[in-house]
Amino acid sequence: MTISRKDIEKVAVLARIRVDEEQVSALEKDLGNILDLVDQLSAADTDSVAPMAHPLDAVQRLRPDEVTETDQREAFQAIAPATENGLYLVPRVIE
Amino acid sequence: MQWDIVIGLEIHVQLATQTKIFSGSSTAYGAEPNTQANAVDLAMPGTLPVPNEQAFRYAVMFGLAVNAEIERRSVFERKNYFYPDLPKGYQTTQLERPIVGPGYVDIDLANGETKRVRIHHAHLEEDAGKSLHEDFHGMTGIDLNRAGTPLIEVVTEPDMNNADEAVAFAKKLHGIVTSLGICDGDMSQGSMRFDVNISLKPKGADTLGTRTETKNLNSFRFMEQAIAHEVERQMDILEDGGTIVQETRLYNGDRDESRSMRTKEEANDYRYFPCPDLLPVEIDEAFIDEARNSLPELPDARKARFMEQYGLNDYDASLLASDSKLAVFFEAVAERGKDAKLASNWVQGEFSARLNAEEKSVADSPISGAQLGDLVVRIADNTISSAGAKKVFEALWTGENDNVDAIIDAKGLKQVSDTGELEKMVDDVLASMPDQVAQYQQESDPKKQKKMLGGFMGPLMKASKGQGNPKLFNEILVKKLGG
Repeated sequence: MTISRKDIEKVAVLARIRVDEEQVSALEKDLGNILDLVDQLSAADTDSVAPMAHPLDAVQRLRPDEVTETDQREAFQAIAPATENGLYLVPRVIE
Repeated sequence: MQWDIVIGLEIHVQLATQTKIFSGSSTAYGAEPNTQANAVDLAMPGTLPVPNEQAFRYAVMFGLAVNAEIERRSVFERKNYFYPDLPKGYQTTQLERPIVGPGYVDIDLANGETKRVRIHHAHLEEDAGKSLHEDFHGMTGIDLNRAGTPLIEVVTEPDMNNADEAVAFAKKLHGIVTSLGICDGDMSQGSMRFDVNISLKPKGADTLGTRTETKNLNSFRFMEQAIAHEVERQMDILEDGGTIVQETRLYNGDRDESRSMRTKEEANDYRYFPCPDLLPVEIDEAFIDEARNSLPELPDARKARFMEQYGLNDYDASLLASDSKLAVFFEAVAERGKDAKLASNWVQGEFSARLNAEEKSVADSPISGAQLGDLVVRIADNTISSAGAKKVFEALWTGENDNVDAIIDAKGLKQVSDTGELEKMVDDVLASMPDQVAQYQQESDPKKQKKMLGGFMGPLMKASKGQGNPKLFNEILVKKLGG
């Protein structure tokens, strides 16, 4: 299976990764190889296999609904690039 | 051309848990920004989510209340997108195996019929934080207190065909989740948020038209307006020979305007995949049974009981039973006031109108159910007229006085119901109006006669200083004039 330049550019945008022109050709080859591997896996007969959501054969432990966390805002905001009035500041978001 | 309107809803319901869905941070509303956002909520490296059992219990209770199948083994997926109020870069949600499977809710229509709206599924997920777009030196402020608050997203089938049905469904769902106690139902604080999918098709056509989604409506009124607005917009485009673009729209209720947020071409590609941080959650029969046993009375059962116990009609019972807080209030009024029909009229009439006018919820009412019950007693035993009752209500509401009888005394609202006294007033008034009496007696049409009686009421009320019992005045008038 092959992946087109257009697909690579689209995925890069979705993942917020900047990809240079010359990198795209290398990615076409590398990602194509990975997709080939997936194609090989797809060839296996899985009709009698239940879809697996997680590699561990275990079920999730649940937690009682009790507040266990305390306010640590000061510690967290000490490492934030910008804060004001208790808010984290980020570059302006235009909706 | 005639069009069929097709509406489906997606409803985000904030669950009333003490803590977040994946962390032990408090979910209390109104805290200082970011004081309830811990390392898990902030997506610090090395943290792992641990799901809140209560969120599952609430989701299962919801599923049982809407006649749905419960998924015994549900799975969480990651929905990937970038936005500053989503620190992880993905929302943990459910796609393939949601906790609540297909179900339904029956809604009452204005024409007295019942309509079944199917629920496609409901899934558990986390809420995002809040972006504050006021200008912080050209930057945006982020409050992550809400990040990680548990939600169930309820997705309906496109079974509604006009705004009234959609609003009826929304109100019914509101009644169900508040009755269950799994959501506080406070829409002004975003506890329930509605997305509306709308499409039009030529009347009777089988294939659905292209739909748009209007997001984040947080009141029933805005929802109704947004649907009317969008239906008209689509109709204008289609009748001019245009085509509808599949897109997400934002509705501005204050201006009754909508604008495109994004089209399908630029729609997010969320690249869902199973969340490796969370194992499948297994729900066993004991857990479901326990949830079933803890189900409180739901709106449909309450409606049936109101009809049976209080003799209310279908319409009144349905309205009062749909809102659990209003229902509790009504029962308090009816218990004290005895006359359930009168109690129902006052709760739905004056009381609800006043709450709406002041945008208050039942919980904020300055009047208690017992006080309104006392007022109902005095109306029922003819101590006061309905005009007088409104004055008492006003005094209770404004807090002028909290005792009904004291208000009646202080304002001199007690009706004169002594028939002898009233008869004398009627005699005097009739004697002073011989022309009108003659006209009345010559009139053969009973309808017109009834209308003419009104002409005597004014002078009678004046003679009794507004305190004569109008019902008795009427009876005496008919008797005396009929001769």
